[in-house]
Amino acid sequence: MSATFVGMPAFPEAARAATGDAQLRHNLRRATHTIRDKRAAVVGELDDWAGLRAAGKAVKDRTLRHLDVYLERFEAAVTAAGGQVHWAADAAEANRVVTDLVLATGERDVVKVKSMATQEIELNQALAEAGITAYETDLAELIVQLSDDLPSHILVPAIHRNRAEIREIFRDRMAAWGAPAPDGLGDDPRALAEAARVHLRERFLRTRVAVSGANFAVADTGTLVVLESEGNGRMCLTLPDTLISVVGIEKLVPTWSDLEVFLQLLPRSSTGERMNPYTSTWTGVTPGDGPQEVHVVLLDNGRTDVLADTVGRQALRCIRCSACLNICPVYERTGGHAYGSVYPGPIGAILTPQLRGTGGAVEAALPFASSLCGACYEVCPVAIDIPEVLVHLREEVAGGAGHRAERAAMGAAGWVLGDRRRLDAAQRAASAARSLAPRHLPGPGAAWTDTRDLPEIPEESFRSWWRRRSGPGEGAR
Amino acid sequence: MSGSRERILGRVRAALADVPAAERPDDVAVPRDYAAAHGGGERVALFAERVADYRAVVHRVPADGLAEALARALARRGARRVAVPADLPGDWLAAADAVAVPDGALPVAELDAVDGVVTGCAVAIAETGTIVLDAGAAQGRRVLTLVPDYHLCVVRADQVVDAVPQALPRLDPRRPLTWISGPSATSDIELDRVEGVHGPRTLEVVITE
Repeated sequence: MSATFVGMPAFPEAARAATGDAQLRHNLRRATHTIRDKRAAVVGELDDWAGLRAAGKAVKDRTLRHLDVYLERFEAAVTAAGGQVHWAADAAEANRVVTDLVLATGERDVVKVKSMATQEIELNQALAEAGITAYETDLAELIVQLSDDLPSHILVPAIHRNRAEIREIFRDRMAAWGAPAPDGLGDDPRALAEAARVHLRERFLRTRVAVSGANFAVADTGTLVVLESEGNGRMCLTLPDTLISVVGIEKLVPTWSDLEVFLQLLPRSSTGERMNPYTSTWTGVTPGDGPQEVHVVLLDNGRTDVLADTVGRQALRCIRCSACLNICPVYERTGGHAYGSVYPGPIGAILTPQLRGTGGAVEAALPFASSLCGACYEVCPVAIDIPEVLVHLREEVAGGAGHRAERAAMGAAGWVLGDRRRLDAAQRAASAARSLAPRHLPGPGAAWTDTRDLPEIPEESFRSWWRRRSGPGEGAR
Repeated sequence: MSGSRERILGRVRAALADVPAAERPDDVAVPRDYAAAHGGGERVALFAERVADYRAVVHRVPADGLAEALARALARRGARRVAVPADLPGDWLAAADAVAVPDGALPVAELDAVDGVVTGCAVAIAETGTIVLDAGAAQGRRVLTLVPDYHLCVVRADQVVDAVPQALPRLDPRRPLTWISGPSATSDIELDRVEGVHGPRTLEVVITE
């Protein structure tokens, strides 16, 4: 895959293009509304959802506040179970570690389980540069890979494609990557799923190395957990000789029994099911069953910067369910590509600027890619207050370079509003000149008034009216 | 590599400068006032209903009717050779016409060629319609229930628990676990669920009580 988010335009420009794409709008509306309803139905089944949510939040907070303890505990447990733990400070180091591990096996093909962490570090590109081909096996990831596209959703990276487009991609591109699509392939989802099964079957049965992520990593036991639907995860986690899992350091949970919270929260929030079809857990190496060489790469890549921000830290509670994307009125209209990152939607708008910093144009625009309606916070299974973090990041961006005109205007307003005499003088002047007030602002303010009416200036200010009405004694106060 | 270990742990500790030095992990309170289970009816009946919800085929039979039920299921499926874990109880397939192929270390190609697999399970969860395999008694290694296209699974009524919180204490995290809720499926095309991708496309469950 050579497609990359690098060089994408910032959100306002990308969103303008996306919202003009009628097919995209149609696909997204249909998909997000389907999943919203499913989620609401299965969440509504549980009368203790609020309790589960509070527990999920607290378990993650406990983990994050003592992350060093849990990381060391996890490492010791994995090692004791026959696995090997590697630490990667950034994307480049993680890619180097994985590449070296694959090269050491002598293999040049790897099968991959869908993983956000490996998308984030652009592992496939790094492997390709070393002559290693990574085959995505999740159906949606396969669609994205075959069409040299970019993911647009955390759970369903090809959510922007409808069945007819998927058929075209399979028909035109499958042969270049392996078994071709069957003749006369239709656009029935059943037929498309069957085509994916046939395309990947041989690959699963013969590939000796797999790369995965993990949904959870249990510190006490060293257990990794992957939730999936198709069985491609089981194939990758079971059949190869070598398994390499890239795991963000925030994926830890303290104990095995803590999973009782997340195995209820995650499936219902993400695919809207009581339970996803397959969940695999493994702890190091099991003799005679599954991969006999098991590696875990613990990835920082900006997470410790997020951790250092006491307001933004809560973003690390995220369990990547994508409920916030599905409910978001902005995401529904722009789709995921406009966010310029593998993490789109509301969670992406707070995660990307924190992981990468707010220095770049894409990152600085993201905290503003929201109407602050708060629907994302309501559906978040670990209660991340996304609007709070958005506002916090807006402050950070506004405090940085590049907002001089706005800061000057706010400074002037503060000077006027901070003093009674200055405010009186300004209001008298405004009332006297009210017939001259324009309907639209000139210069840089023009864009703002394109979609808004300027408020009318009253004949007399409230303060002046109050003074006149209540007599000189009162008004002087 | 150890350099990065120290670097990351150092960054984590620096990032947590606001956490009081005396605070221990357990000092961070975790409210546990969620339910252990959510009711929803009689446990085994609920399990059967929820598994069927995922379009798995479900039967409830008396314990002494198991061999007969398995024989009927395999005959309906037209399965002639089925893989089984080496320790599958001998009487389970006593009435079946199908030939049992016991797994020692069957090559993947051979597993790909059988007509199905018959196993037991470790735990079943009523509320979510989930079967958990732990590679223990009557289950075999993970690949056994993965490569064949048809999985016939026996669940004893006393293996069924109400909900997820009761399942975890019964399971040993050191064993490789597979939680199965219906046949393999995908929602990747327009978020509509379609059954049958890479895992077994047909899951049939026989509950004995």
